[in-house]
Amino acid sequence: METQALTISEITNQSVKSPKEKSVKSPAVEVSGSVALLDALIAEGVDTIFGYPGGAIMPIYDALFDYNDRLNHILVRHEQGGIHAGQGYARTSGRVGVVFATSGPGATNLVTGLADAQIDSTPLVCITGQVFAHLLGTDAFQETDVINITTPVTKWNYQVTDASEIPEAIAKAFYIAKTGRPGPVLIDITKNAQIQKFSYEAYVKCDHIRSYRPKPIVRQQYVQQAAELINKAKKPFIIWGQGVILGSAEQEFKTFVEKSGIPAAWTILGAGAIPTDHPLNVGMLGMHGNYGPNVLTNECDVLIAIGMRFDDRVTGRLDKYAKQAKVIHLDIDPAEIDKNVKSTVPVWGDCKETLPLLTALVEAKKHTGWLNTFNEYTKKEIEAVIHDELNPTMGEMTMGEVIKQLNELTKGEAVIVTDVGQHQMVACRYAEFKQTRSNVTSGGLGTMGFALPAAIGAKFGAPDRTVVAIIGDGGFQMTLQELGTIMQSGVDVKIIILNNRFLGMVRQWQELFNERRYSFVDIQSPDFVAVAAAYRIPGKCISDRADLPGALKEMIENKGSYLLEVMVTKENNVFPMVPQGCSVAEIRLK
Amino acid sequence: MEIQEKQEFNITVYTENQIGLLNRIAIIFTRRKINIDSLNTSPSEIESIHRFNIVITESEDVVRKLCRQIEKQVEVLKVYYHTNEDVIWQELALYKVSTDVIAEKVSVERLLRENGARAVVIRKDYTVFETTGHREETDNLISILQPYGLIEFVRSARVAIIKDSKGFNSKIREFERMEPGEEVVENEYLNQGQKVFTM
Repeated sequence: METQALTISEITNQSVKSPKEKSVKSPAVEVSGSVALLDALIAEGVDTIFGYPGGAIMPIYDALFDYNDRLNHILVRHEQGGIHAGQGYARTSGRVGVVFATSGPGATNLVTGLADAQIDSTPLVCITGQVFAHLLGTDAFQETDVINITTPVTKWNYQVTDASEIPEAIAKAFYIAKTGRPGPVLIDITKNAQIQKFSYEAYVKCDHIRSYRPKPIVRQQYVQQAAELINKAKKPFIIWGQGVILGSAEQEFKTFVEKSGIPAAWTILGAGAIPTDHPLNVGMLGMHGNYGPNVLTNECDVLIAIGMRFDDRVTGRLDKYAKQAKVIHLDIDPAEIDKNVKSTVPVWGDCKETLPLLTALVEAKKHTGWLNTFNEYTKKEIEAVIHDELNPTMGEMTMGEVIKQLNELTKGEAVIVTDVGQHQMVACRYAEFKQTRSNVTSGGLGTMGFALPAAIGAKFGAPDRTVVAIIGDGGFQMTLQELGTIMQSGVDVKIIILNNRFLGMVRQWQELFNERRYSFVDIQSPDFVAVAAAYRIPGKCISDRADLPGALKEMIENKGSYLLEVMVTKENNVFPMVPQGCSVAEIRLK
Repeated sequence: MEIQEKQEFNITVYTENQIGLLNRIAIIFTRRKINIDSLNTSPSEIESIHRFNIVITESEDVVRKLCRQIEKQVEVLKVYYHTNEDVIWQELALYKVSTDVIAEKVSVERLLRENGARAVVIRKDYTVFETTGHREETDNLISILQPYGLIEFVRSARVAIIKDSKGFNSKIREFERMEPGEEVVENEYLNQGQKVFTM
């Protein structure tokens, strides 16, 4: 056992080598796989790890004991909480989230988060312990075939059975997780490899893998064709997704939108790439998106999709989706081109590179009449839905008015983390975002229980920002054990539970499509404020409209975490709505 | 949208030789409930690069999407798909029959000649024939031998050579470079979709 806590860079007195310096040999030192792992993490710039120890990852945790000053390990209460925290961290910081878990159940508890990160393109590196290599395949204690279980839900995974493989495996893991279309990577390390000493030289970051092309080469001819289409268009319409944020292309995107003068709408994960109140931001797409963007998708002549993947919740019925339009699709992932919607011009590439090229070729325009059409639809939507949702004067509180008042308090500067269901749709519809990387939600997988742990990670990823988790009464009960993580780490997360005493979204569907047969959606909850109090988190439950402004203010101003439970209308529905199997033009206002 | 007919497609995948990659590729089909008719892995013309030959019966549209998903895998270098007309392909089959029966009742010489088969093993108790060819040819010999008590039959996966491929040797150099050429980076099916304004 080592008694001295020295990192390799200290031992060798060498900093991290860039690949070009590969040939420069540094004196090799004998280190354990675990030390090599932690050193690799530091070399990759990691400062925060979300994890949970266990038998098969003990050597790594033993080494971690000496790295306390350089690596902030957050002890979570469940591995699912750990990985969602890693996701929240990655989303707000733009860096790779790092998660530790042990073998067997520790690893299988990561699966939901991996699937979530895979579908939402979140960069993660998960390290799982594994039984000794000689026990693989023997049904050893806490052995599970993690590599095969996680293959469909990881961008890449790899099992390390020899310590000497660790530096290269970690270097590849970070490179793959964060480049191209980002995604989760899992490295499974057998216990013997964690313990084993090997001769270690400097850590070399990975910047090239022969068989892996992070992004396609930009082809000027397609950029040109796209620009020609845009310049001829009478009713062009931009729809953007998270690709703009993942590519750190918010500025390039804004310039493109402003020069072309084209109205732009967002997918749920694209929210905040340009501010909510930008005059050309016409709202949200999809099933519970805004009226105009949905209806006018089927009236535009050129549809410009940027960093989005035409999810079925965005397109509704595909064979009636934007059939009249020429489609320009900008995406970094060639597999997304023509997957759901056939493109007229595919502009492959990183939108950070393609957008400026396109901006240079498009004519500066103002589509005033066309933009007004959007505004007319907005007026109709305000009359039919939004006004009453945000400004009710009678009856129980609505989810919308809570979000509205929160906006006023935070001035759109907060990170809003949402769970899944009605409150998620309401929050995403009405939350105001001034900054990018402000909207953290489980979009593709729709993971209930995501918000509380993701909010913890989001705060670690953006420590200077206010983080507000908005969660339903159902979702909160899926991962409420993470209140323990909040208690112990002292992280400052504001929690709003919008309690409608129902599994609201399923209930809404049962009301609309199953003749109000409310099958198992009537969920009972504990006294959430008392639960929080048990974790020494202050809180309050309100059901009176008059108490809302004061309670929200108290929550925001409280030093440290706070839980505010707001009792809202039991049977409110989220509208507008594109019913499943309908075209976006058939969006219902009630 | 025109409905494309299903037909046999030969998918050729050039990969790194990595444990677990077979599973990564297989689940791209199983996730969509698509049956793999035939799967062969072998070395390629380049040392360290493996080659999968996969046969499925699907429409071209589906096959194109599948190929993109396969090519997206980190350890996959390149994927091609071709119809049967675009490839030279062979399958190998072995047939075990009773030597007594076959010697007594069949004109072995004619049988071998007509089916391009050869005897691999001749023992007192049984004889093993072998033939290579297209599916119909190997199937044909089954129906011929069936009446004479075919004891055992096995057919290999398909191997296929692409007619107009210039091989992978020149491409691999581009892959190894930090800045490879356009063709290496992009999906070739997209490259063929030049008629971009004719939707």
